[in-house]
Amino acid sequence: MIDTIVQVVLLLVMPPLLLGVIVKTKAAFAGRVGAPLLQSYYDIIKLFRKGSVLSGTTTWVFLAGPAVTAVAVVLAGLVVPMGGQPAPIRFAGDLILFAYLLALGRFFTTLAALDTGSSFEGMGAAREVTFACLAEPAMFFGLLALARLTGGLSLSGLFGGQVLEAWTSAAPTMVLVLGGFFIVLLVENSRIPFDDPNTHLELTMIHEVMVLDHGGPALGTVLYGAAVKLFVLAAIVVRLAMPAWTDDPLLRWPVFAGSMLLVAVLIGVIESIMARLRLPLVPNLLMGACVLTAFGFVLVLGATS
Amino acid sequence: MGDEPAESLAWVLAVWLPLVGVIVIGASGLPGLFLRRDSAAGERVSATLHVLGAAAALAGAIVSVVAGGAASLNVAWGLPIGSFRVEVDGLSAAFLVPLILVPALGSVFGVRYWSQREHPRSGRKLRAFYGVLAASLILLTIARDGVLFLLSWEGMALSAYFLVTTDDRDPEARAAGWVYFVATHVGTLALFAFFAVLYEATGSLGLDALPAGSATLGVTTTLFLLGLVGFGLKAGIMPLHVWLPGAHAAAPSHVSAVLSGVVLKTGIYGLARMTSMLPDPPVFWGGLVLTLGVISGVAGVVFAIAQHDLKRLLAYHSIENVGIIVMGLGLAMLGRSMGRPDWIALGLGGAILHVWNHSFFKSLLFFSAGSVIHQIHTREIDRMGGLARTMPITAVMFLCGAVAICGLPPLNGFVSELLVYLGLLRTLGPADGSSAAGAAFAAPALALIGALAAACFVKVFGAVFLGSPREARAHTAHESPRAMLIPMAILAAVCIGVGLLPSVAAPLLDGASRAWTSGWGGTARSLQEVAPLWWVSGMSAGVWIGAAACVYALRRRVRPREIARVGTWDCGYAAPSARMQYSASSLAQLLVGIFGWIVHPREHGPHVRGLFPRPGKYHSHVHDVVLDEWILPAMRWIAGQTMRMRVLQTGRIQVYILYILGALVALILSIVPVLDLLGRLVTQ
Repeated sequence: MIDTIVQVVLLLVMPPLLLGVIVKTKAAFAGRVGAPLLQSYYDIIKLFRKGSVLSGTTTWVFLAGPAVTAVAVVLAGLVVPMGGQPAPIRFAGDLILFAYLLALGRFFTTLAALDTGSSFEGMGAAREVTFACLAEPAMFFGLLALARLTGGLSLSGLFGGQVLEAWTSAAPTMVLVLGGFFIVLLVENSRIPFDDPNTHLELTMIHEVMVLDHGGPALGTVLYGAAVKLFVLAAIVVRLAMPAWTDDPLLRWPVFAGSMLLVAVLIGVIESIMARLRLPLVPNLLMGACVLTAFGFVLVLGATS
Repeated sequence: MGDEPAESLAWVLAVWLPLVGVIVIGASGLPGLFLRRDSAAGERVSATLHVLGAAAALAGAIVSVVAGGAASLNVAWGLPIGSFRVEVDGLSAAFLVPLILVPALGSVFGVRYWSQREHPRSGRKLRAFYGVLAASLILLTIARDGVLFLLSWEGMALSAYFLVTTDDRDPEARAAGWVYFVATHVGTLALFAFFAVLYEATGSLGLDALPAGSATLGVTTTLFLLGLVGFGLKAGIMPLHVWLPGAHAAAPSHVSAVLSGVVLKTGIYGLARMTSMLPDPPVFWGGLVLTLGVISGVAGVVFAIAQHDLKRLLAYHSIENVGIIVMGLGLAMLGRSMGRPDWIALGLGGAILHVWNHSFFKSLLFFSAGSVIHQIHTREIDRMGGLARTMPITAVMFLCGAVAICGLPPLNGFVSELLVYLGLLRTLGPADGSSAAGAAFAAPALALIGALAAACFVKVFGAVFLGSPREARAHTAHESPRAMLIPMAILAAVCIGVGLLPSVAAPLLDGASRAWTSGWGGTARSLQEVAPLWWVSGMSAGVWIGAAACVYALRRRVRPREIARVGTWDCGYAAPSARMQYSASSLAQLLVGIFGWIVHPREHGPHVRGLFPRPGKYHSHVHDVVLDEWILPAMRWIAGQTMRMRVLQTGRIQVYILYILGALVALILSIVPVLDLLGRLVTQ
């Protein structure tokens, strides 16, 4: 019960901190002081206090987009096990619900982008849906490999106690799946090398360009939803990378929070040392991720049957 | 009456109510034929009769489900073969629900969509054949005799041909009609062969389960392949789908809804019925069906993305969804071959629930697309835009259908896809170490299908309803009349309802599984045991409540503090125009490029030369690879080869008389033992 409450609170409160850590890491690499760690919180609060300038082209879809997306990613976060504990909501097949809730969020984000009738936002939407088509099979091959190894049908089973066993019995597969999931984490959250959140040119962006016309509370909701999505996917990567968890409830959650911040630092490092890929190359990298996880799956098929 | 005594009133009702429905629906279009061309009475009478007949038939299906078991009726008729034998079992009942509901809603929609006033020439014909089509659908689902089945099958095929060519002055509709006509009869030919082999093997034309060991594997495999071609052509499984896109695009929208939502499902019904009949299926049958499902699913949605025509696009999505249904069926067949009742429950349950769902959300999409086309008078997606302002209710209805068809929670499409996914994941079980784990490769394929479908419907909804109107007609469009909106609203409510409470459908699906397995004495597991249906209900409710609350809160926050309404950010460009918006084709361009090896896109662009190039036109086109690159060239080759036989056709009557004489002599020689006679002559 306590664990459930802690997880829900962390899920709702901690995500913007990850963004702050990423920015701080990048600043450290660049030799700058950088924005405060809590800057994302300040931004979101400030945005919610602002008025809105809406485009005359938009309809109700424009505001429904960010709202539905935020709800979808938070609900998706409720089926993801965190801190080595089972998720608050778990049932056979919840992994499919997880993937489809993320897809629901994407569906409404892209519709809200198209609602403005702007070509920039159209480009962003086209890229988002295209890259999702390649990221989705990569994620499913990874989930299949884990399902084969752990015998689970829910995320809490896939990312439960048997992850440790899976590492000892099928380490190559686990490495491939971890790599694949990390790439999915980067592309789903529009990070470098897929998308540069800080670029100033609308023509080259993916996520940021889709929300160009959102402002005020709507933009705040978008930022918050994006942060939660990063948090949720990072939690999966953390669970995969850290197969052993302590039973001490006092230690469990600080370790979880710390390792989440480590993922954020890692993303910051990647963003500092890599350049964004040219757009035509992005599908290649995604197909690479798909091949990685598919190969991992084939390995466990051969190994156990 | 029949051979079997009627057990109770419920059994009598379960058989007679659908038959009454068949008669009333079949005759629903006839009164209109005797009325004036432009009289509105005919369309009202036909819709009323259709709805009444549908209510009777639906009541029969519900009674049969509640009563359980299989109600049947067998009457000898005057024909030398076959008999009038009908039976409503669980499988029939499960298919009857969408097969009755969707055409009835379509007939109401059609009152205003294809009114006598607007279409005095074709309206009466449309309504007459529409009734025949809907009646044949019900009859073929309950027919248990091969001859009766083929009769109703042909009734459906022929009336559908006349419906596709409703607008018979349009050359495109005539061409689509011909392709359909040829394709459906190739399928019927396969079914004739199917029943001939069945009669040869069992001595009966009944659609009953063959006892185990009653036929060799060679015979059952022949039956299976013949049925797969015959029913697969109707269901539109890739690469047997060639008739489907053209016919769906050319027909009036409510007919497209019936074709796509219901007529395709008779092919699925046939496959399900056939696979329950044939004994001892080897594993490769299920594997083949599953593979065909994956191919249909992926290729269908990839072709859909590349389309410019709204109804053609929806038609390709039917191929995709039939693929998902067939995947579920293949999984159930694997479960039967390998003795896994849970795969059967999930695979067959998922397939039949997807039959329902696809009927409902695809009809919803075709109705709302029809409502748009009725206003804009074009099917070109790139000429629409901004319709969410002028047709807000239609837009919401289309969005509802779009979310459902992408399999996204909280609507019904998610539930059936979840069942298929769960079944596929269960093939992985590490304990049994069986070879069926290869089936799990279908799960990432299903994920790819889902993501591509979402991309496609983002494109369609964005280009049709969002942004600014691209052409003048979109500015002046009006919301459709209530008679068109109410059928859509009912379908949307069903989509929402099944998404929220899938457990309500579970008894019907279990009944279908029981009927499917009872043929070969297998055990059926209840869907509730193997699928977390109540969890799905809870999460669907969570999405609805959360989304409603969040949207409401955000609007409350934004609306009172709205500072200004301005133009969309355009980098300060001085003269933006609606034609500069990102079009549907440009949205799809990246994906069409990636999957170019499947769809073979053709582009015809201007050759840009010099500093001041002339104005040019760009044009891109994706044709149907199977029809235009494989079948039509093959047909042309055959036609070219047979041209050689024209040497025989001289046109001179003397030559023809010579042919007749030659034929007669040949006949006589074949009857008279010539060699024998010659031999005797020689020996004498």
